Amino acid sequence: MPTFEYAPAPESRSVVDLRTSYGLFINGEFVDGGGTAFKSISPATEEVLAEVSEATDADVDAAVKAARTAYTRVWSRMSGADRGKYLYRIARILQERAREFAVLESLDNGKPIKESRDVDIPLAAAHFFYNAGWADKLEFASLGPNPRAHGVVGQIIPWNFPMLMLAWKIAPALATGNTVVLKPAETTPLTALLFAEVCQQADLPPGVVNIVTGAGPTGQAIVDHAGIDKLAFTGSTGVGKMIARAIAGTRKKATLELGGKAANIVFDDAPIDQAVEGIVNGIFFNQGHVCCAGSRLLVQESIADEVERRLKRRLDTLRVGDPLDKNTDVGAINSRAQLDRIVALTDAGESEGAERWDNGCELPSKGFWFRPTVFTGVTQTHRIAQEEIFGPVLSVLTFRTPQEAVAKANNTPYGLSAGIWTEKGSRILWMADQLKAGVVWANTFNKFDPTSPFGGYKESGYGREGGRHGLEPYVKTGA
Amino acid sequence: MSRVDVKKTYKLYIGGKFPRSESGRSYEVYAAPSGRARAGATPRFLANAAQGSRKDARDAVTAARAAQPGWASATAYNRGQVLYRVAEVMESRRPQLVQEVRDAEGLTAAAAEAVVSQAIDRWVWYAGWSDKYVQVLGGLNPVAGPYFNISASEPTGVVAVLAPQASSLLGLVSVIAPAIVSGNTVVVVTSADRPLPAITLAECLATSDVPGGVVNIISGRAGEIAPWLASHRDVNAIDLAGAAGAEGVDWAALEEASADNLKRVVRPAGTGAEAVEPDWTETPDLSRLTAFLETKTVWHPKGR
Amino acid sequence: MSTTTDTPVAAAVDATARARDLLGVSRLTNQALTTWLHGLPGVDQVGCEARAAALATRSIKTTSKQWAIDLAISMIDLTTLEGADTPGRVRGLAAKALLPDPSDHSTPRPAAVCVYGDMVATAKEALGASGVKVAAVATAFPSGRASMAVKLADTRDAVRAGADEIDMVIDRGAFLSGDYLTVFNQIAEVKKACGDARLKVIMETGELVTYDNVRRASWLSMLAGGDFIKTSTGKIQPAATLPVTLIMLEAVRDWRDLTGEMVGVKPAGGIKTSKDALRFLVTVNEVAGEDWLSNQWFRFGASSLLNDLLLQRQRMTTGAYSGASYIADDSPSTAY
Repeated sequence: MPTFEYAPAPESRSVVDLRTSYGLFINGEFVDGGGTAFKSISPATEEVLAEVSEATDADVDAAVKAARTAYTRVWSRMSGADRGKYLYRIARILQERAREFAVLESLDNGKPIKESRDVDIPLAAAHFFYNAGWADKLEFASLGPNPRAHGVVGQIIPWNFPMLMLAWKIAPALATGNTVVLKPAETTPLTALLFAEVCQQADLPPGVVNIVTGAGPTGQAIVDHAGIDKLAFTGSTGVGKMIARAIAGTRKKATLELGGKAANIVFDDAPIDQAVEGIVNGIFFNQGHVCCAGSRLLVQESIADEVERRLKRRLDTLRVGDPLDKNTDVGAINSRAQLDRIVALTDAGESEGAERWDNGCELPSKGFWFRPTVFTGVTQTHRIAQEEIFGPVLSVLTFRTPQEAVAKANNTPYGLSAGIWTEKGSRILWMADQLKAGVVWANTFNKFDPTSPFGGYKESGYGREGGRHGLEPYVKTGA
Repeated sequence: MSRVDVKKTYKLYIGGKFPRSESGRSYEVYAAPSGRARAGATPRFLANAAQGSRKDARDAVTAARAAQPGWASATAYNRGQVLYRVAEVMESRRPQLVQEVRDAEGLTAAAAEAVVSQAIDRWVWYAGWSDKYVQVLGGLNPVAGPYFNISASEPTGVVAVLAPQASSLLGLVSVIAPAIVSGNTVVVVTSADRPLPAITLAECLATSDVPGGVVNIISGRAGEIAPWLASHRDVNAIDLAGAAGAEGVDWAALEEASADNLKRVVRPAGTGAEAVEPDWTETPDLSRLTAFLETKTVWHPKGR
Repeated sequence: MSTTTDTPVAAAVDATARARDLLGVSRLTNQALTTWLHGLPGVDQVGCEARAAALATRSIKTTSKQWAIDLAISMIDLTTLEGADTPGRVRGLAAKALLPDPSDHSTPRPAAVCVYGDMVATAKEALGASGVKVAAVATAFPSGRASMAVKLADTRDAVRAGADEIDMVIDRGAFLSGDYLTVFNQIAEVKKACGDARLKVIMETGELVTYDNVRRASWLSMLAGGDFIKTSTGKIQPAATLPVTLIMLEAVRDWRDLTGEMVGVKPAGGIKTSKDALRFLVTVNEVAGEDWLSNQWFRFGASSLLNDLLLQRQRMTTGAYSGASYIADDSPSTAY
C-alpha cells in the first residue's frame, strides 16, 4: 500500500514585494544609514533577501532626536483617545496585511508559515488592539497617581519572534505616550521595516516610531544614548546584564526579558496524549528558539519509559523543512551562528554521557537545519540541563516526588516559565506556588495572550510585558 | 547619691539572635547636636555600636535565605498581624524610642514624638496591605481562549536594604516594612552615624512574633558592607535608599555590581548621579512594596 | 501492514476470559472494569481539540490529494437509515456503490452499503459478488432501548439475511450509570451472534459527552470484542467530530500496543465534504499510523460525502470545477 505522502503545499511568496535595499526609518522617512550595509538572508536557503543599512552612533542620535521632538511637540500633547486611535489603525493594517507579514517573517526568520500565520502575526495585531484601548484609560490601571510617559524609549528585540516582539514593545510604549527608537535583530530586520510602512499608512506622526537596523554596536548606541529615558530589551541574559551594567548609576529604567531553562514537569497521572503534545509544542515550537521553551522535561520515573516511547513516536511525524510549506512543523535554524551553538551544546551533551536520539528526518542541503533531538539519561549537572540551547533539543530528566520535581525545576539561575502536567487540581496549585517562574502553564504550554503578563524571576530578567502589568514599566507616577 | 544606671549594649541582629560582630569591632556613636547645642560643644557619647563586617553580612544573607520560604508561606493574614504586633511593641517602648531618635537626629522632644508616632503608624499602614496588594495588583486575565489565566504577586526573595542615613527610625521602618510585608526577608545596613534606633527596633522585632531571620540588622558602614551585598548572588534585590549621604558609597557601582545576578534595584531618590534622602513623613505609595514583587501568571485549560 | 484477512480477530476468543487475562482479575466484575477503565489516562479537552485543529490545518495538494480522495471514497459506508427507505431506494444506493461515477469508470467503489436489517437481502442481491459489503445496523438501532433477546434476534436476522458487517449500538444509559459490565456483556453476546460478520460498536459519542467517556467506551468496546469502534448513529448531534475520532484513533493505536491486535475506526454522521474527509485521513495517518489507511481499518459512515468526493475527483481529473448536475445520483440532494 502506498504511504500518505503530503505533496509540497507552499505559501505563495508573491504577496511580498521585497526591495533590494532598505534604509533606516527615522522621523517618518526611510534614510540611508551611515554604517556598512549588511545582508539579510533566508536561513532556509541562504538566499539574500535584501540589503539593510547599519545605523551608526550618529544615526541613532538622529533617531533619538526625532523621537524626542515627536514626543515633545506631538505625542505628549495628544489626547490618549487619539493615541489609541493610531494604535487601532495599526492593528487593523496588520490584520489586513497579515499574509504579507507572515510570509516575510517565515522568509527572513525561517519559522514555519503555519506559526507566523497562526501565531506571530495575529498575536502582534492583537497586542496593538489590546494596548490601543489602554491609551485613554491609564488612570484606571492601578499604576499609581498621575501615570505618564517617560519620554523616549529605546527598544532592542531578538530574532526569534521579530514581529511579535516588536508589537510587545511598541504597542504599550505608544499607548502610554512614549515615543520609540527600536532596533530589530540583525538577522531578522525585514518585518520591522515593513512595519515602518504600516506606520506611514496609518499616518502616525513622524518620529513617534523610529526603526534603526544594525548589530550589537547599534544596540549599544541606543543603550548609551543620554536622550533615552527607558530601555526595553528581549534577548540573552548575557546582553541583559551588559545593559543593566551600562545604565547603572543613571536614571534610565529598564525592562529585561531574558533567557530561560524551563522545566516541563509530567506526573504519572497526566493526560498523557495532551502531555506529549505539550512536550512537543514546548520545545519544538519555533525550532526551540523560544526563551520560555520547555527545554527540560522532568518526567515521573514510573512513566518515564512510556512517555519517552510516545514522544519519539510523535516526533517521527514532525515535518522538518521549507518554512513556506504549510505542512512544515519545524523550520530552519535562524543563523549559522545559532546552529553552531546548538551543535556545540549537543556535542557536549553526548560527550558528557547523555543518550542522544533524533528523528532521522532528511534535511535540506542548503540553509541551517537541525533535527528535532531528544537527550535521555540527562542529569542536572549536564551542560544541556543547565545552559539555554535555544534550539530543537530536549533534555529528559526524571523525578520521583513532587518535592524533587520542584527542587530540580528551580535549580537554575533562570526563572522564566514552567509546565505542570497532572490531572490532580490541588497538586497543580501547590506546584504553581512552589515554582520560581514568571509564567506557569498547567496542562498546556507556550500559550501567549496580550492580556497575560509575561516575564521572569531571577536571571530571566525583570519587568513584565503584556496585560495591565505590561504598562507599568512605561509610566512614571506620583507628583 | 543617684543610682548608677545600667547601660545597654547595642549588638547586631542576625537570624533572630543578637551577636556581636564576628570581626570583634565596635565604633563610637555620638548624639547629633541639638538645636540648642552651642557650636563647638563636645559631642555627647551614646554607645559603642557593633561594627558589622562583610562576614556578618554573609551570615545575615544565609539567615535571611533560610527564613524566606517560611515567611513567604505564612498566610497574608498572619503576616499582617505580625506587622501590626511590631507597632504594638514599639508603642510599648515609645519613651525609649523617642529618646533614641532625639539623640540620633538632634530633634526636640515634640519632633521626636512625632517621628516615633509616624514610624509606628507606618507599620500599621503596611500591616493592612498584607492581604490586599495581591488583589489590587493581580487578578484574572481575560485571554482569548478556553483558559483560566491568573496573575498574582509573589515576593522576590532576599532583599538587601541600605537604610536611610538621616532618618534613623521613620526612614528605616519605611524601607523595611514594604519589603517584608509581602514575604521577602531583608538584610539591613543601618545608618552609619545613627544606628541605635535600628537596634532598638530589632529588639521590638525580636519580641513581636517576627520569625528570626526575616529582618536582619547590621550596624556599621554601608561603604564597607554594601558592595558585598550588591555582588552577593543569593540576594535577589537591593534598596539603595541609604546611599544618600553615606560616606564611601558609590550607588552607581553598587547598581553595576547588582547586575551580575540581575538584582532588582531600587535607586536612591534624586536626579542624575545625585542621591538625596526623601521626605519620609510623606504618605508612601505602593512603589517600595511592588519593587520587591514578582508577578506569576498561571494558565490552565477549561474543559469538561 | 498487518493482517488483511476479513476474519474477525476475536471471533474464536471468549471475550470474558480474555478480559480477565488483560485485567489480571480472577472474575470479571463491574468493579474490575471500573478500576481498569478509570485507570486510563485522562483527556484534556482543550489540548485534544487543539491537536485536532492543528491536524486540520494540514494542506493536502495535487497527487496526494488525488490519492486521498480515492482512498476516502473506498472507505465510505454508503448509508441510508430512514423510516422511508424502500427496496427501490436501497437498490439505487447499491447501484451508486457499484458505479459511483458513470463518467469515470476508474472511480473506486465505496466499502459497503449500510442499511436497516430488513433491507439487507435487497442490498445483498443488488451488490452480488461485487466485493462491496453489506452492513446492517442492529440491536434496536438507534436508541438500543430493547431487551437483549430482541437485540440478539435483530442481529441474527441481519446476519442470516447476508450482512457482512453489523453496526450495533451500546446501551448508553448503562454506560453513563457506570454499569460497564452490562455494556461489556451485551457487546460480547452480539459479537457471538455475529458469527463471521464483523462487528462495529456504535458508542453514540454525542450522548457520552466527555472525551474521558469516549476513551473509556472505546476501550470497553475493544475489550468486549468489537472489530470496529464507531462514533455515532447519525441521529444525534454532535456526531463524528475530529477530536472524538482522534481519541478513538489513539485508543486503537494503544490497544495494538497492548494486545497486538488492530481494531477499526468509523466516524459516522456529519462528514459531508472532501475537505473534512481529508482531515480525518490526515488524523488517521498521524495518530494511528498508515496501517489504518485502508477500508479494512477505517470507514466513513456517510451519504452525501461520496458526491462531494466525486465532485473533487472530477475537478482534479478535468481541471475545471464541477457541479451537482454532473454527479449521477438516484436520490439527488441539493446540499453536498
